[in-house]
Amino acid sequence: MNNDWPLWEVFVRAKHGLSHKHAGSVHAADARMALESARDTYTRRMEGVSLWVVPSAQIVASDPGEAAALFEPAADKVYRHPTFYVIPEHVKNI
Amino acid sequence: MYTTELEDKNKKPAPREVLVAEDPAKLVAFEARVAADEFIEPKDWMPAAYRKTLVRQMSQHAHSEIVGMLPEGNWITRAPSLRRKAVLLAKVQDEGGHGLYLYAAAETLGTSREEMIEALHSGRAKYSTIFNYPTLTWADIGAIGWLVDGAAILNQVPLQRTSYGPYARAMVKICKEESFHQRQGFEIMTVLAGGSPEQRRMAQDALDRWWWPSLMMFGPPDDNSPNTAQSIRWRIKRETNDELRQKFVDVTVPQADAIGLKVPDPKLAWNEARGSYDFGPVDWEEFYAVVRGEGLVAKDRMKARVAAWEDGAWVREAATAHAAKHVVKAAAE
Ligand SMILES: [Fe+2]
Ligand SMILES: [Fe+2]
Repeated sequence: MNNDWPLWEVFVRAKHGLSHKHAGSVHAADARMALESARDTYTRRMEGVSLWVVPSAQIVASDPGEAAALFEPAADKVYRHPTFYVIPEHVKNI
Repeated sequence: MYTTELEDKNKKPAPREVLVAEDPAKLVAFEARVAADEFIEPKDWMPAAYRKTLVRQMSQHAHSEIVGMLPEGNWITRAPSLRRKAVLLAKVQDEGGHGLYLYAAAETLGTSREEMIEALHSGRAKYSTIFNYPTLTWADIGAIGWLVDGAAILNQVPLQRTSYGPYARAMVKICKEESFHQRQGFEIMTVLAGGSPEQRRMAQDALDRWWWPSLMMFGPPDDNSPNTAQSIRWRIKRETNDELRQKFVDVTVPQADAIGLKVPDPKLAWNEARGSYDFGPVDWEEFYAVVRGEGLVAKDRMKARVAAWEDGAWVREAATAHAAKHVVKAAAE
């Protein structure tokens, strides 16, 4: 059984200059109601200056079963990090 | 409290649910992850029993937050000053928020809001026994903030590292908000304890009535809570009922002393060797009676809760109709 209102994911921008971050979710009949519930539920203590609400059904997520295929190839590419390179000690500002 | 099994101790577990056969390789990998303090996320593989225990624990916890609004909500219009009204209103609103974080976290495991609300209203679901005691005087609001939220904090702080990610994240948010709840309660008690003889009596009376039910919030003694070991191994719980209860006594007794109130336990004594207080036996028969639904105001609580839900039905229907109308309008444009 499920007659619940659709689920919305809530993203909060803590302050200007920062990106929106996932805070949680709310059930709401429409977008306006989702925004208002998100405001009451996730920003009672000045946690945010801006909100996004996104229908949860619209989120496409990677499968944990694919995690190795997706993310492990990065593990052996240490040359993508600056510390991989050897620079003579007397050379500065690099 | 919220993490204890609020089941009748005589109820036997259904044999089928113990015997669910799990893929042994997956189970080993899961247990290794949990043992390494990794977090489990909604789409990860997990044993059926882990999922089931979490749904029960989290929904019970959510119900406790929601029902917990009732005893305090009763006092919002009667709080003695505008400051106290504003504070109590904010606290009760926070508890509503806590319920929502936890319902949403439980839903990530495949249960629905509707199912959980139905389980609460039909009486199938349990919630913390503490909310089935009446709030007789204003001092009870002080005692609840100080003791009940104090106990909740001790219970919830370790759960910030519980193994299920959405639960742990909800706990982080909740813990940030609880400290004000406890402090406003202690402030009420401090003012009453330092007031007129009648006010002092009121504060002491509230402590007398709420002390033992608060100790019961941590749940039955460890030797009588058979699933604790499993829950600790899966990092669903991080400390046992008795450990948390002892911590509560140790931090709370000096707070009572500081405002000149007396903890109603003749056996209470500092134990130098243990570095802890010894305390008298908890009346577990009373606890199990309240679990069975025999709490003084259990029926009133559910009546108030169901009435609030039913009285709000027309608002939900109107919002649904409004949303549907706009979908049709948008499609026509
Ligand atoms: Fe709470
Ligand atoms: Fe609280």
